[in-house]
Amino acid sequence: MPITWRHEVDAALEEARRTRMPVLLDFTAAPM
Amino acid sequence: MWPDPDIDTFVADHFIPVRLHVKAQAEAYAAASERFGASWTPTTLLIDAGGTERHRIEGFLPKSDFLSQLELGMAHIAFHEKRFGEAEKGFEEVVSRFPDSDAAPEAQYWAGVSRYKASGDPKALGAVRSAFQKKYSDTVWAKKASVWSPS
Repeated sequence: MPITWRHEVDAALEEARRTRMPVLLDFTAAPM
Repeated sequence: MWPDPDIDTFVADHFIPVRLHVKAQAEAYAAASERFGASWTPTTLLIDAGGTERHRIEGFLPKSDFLSQLELGMAHIAFHEKRFGEAEKGFEEVVSRFPDSDAAPEAQYWAGVSRYKASGDPKALGAVRSAFQKKYSDTVWAKKASVWSPS
């Protein structure tokens, strides 16, 4: 299952608060 | 590490995934790296539903080691949310599924702590100390468990 990455941290944290699902925040410099 | 179908599935099933690329999301990357103290790539943070970072993975890891760290972090999140039974099960799964990983001795330690937190029975800690005498005896987690009375 491919990941649908988000790019807005605060929106993800707000969703986490509402859904009780944790956030995985990945910082990367990998070639695109 | 990524892309990998097993890791992708695990992440999609258990987390709200956010990725910030140093170039593609340069502004957001700079702000978030300052905010969370992420000074190197790759860095992966596991953040609980309350917004608190509970686990950090810095640097590349092969697939099985990375998965073990994700599962370890999930168990840490359960522990901090006082879901001790779930935490214990998660930590024990790390030990059983990834026995040769760096995550395993840490998971063995916290499985015992979770059992103690759930039961209040100090024998749970003694049992962990005894377990460390059999496996992972040369790790820092064995040193940490050494203060507990043997069961």
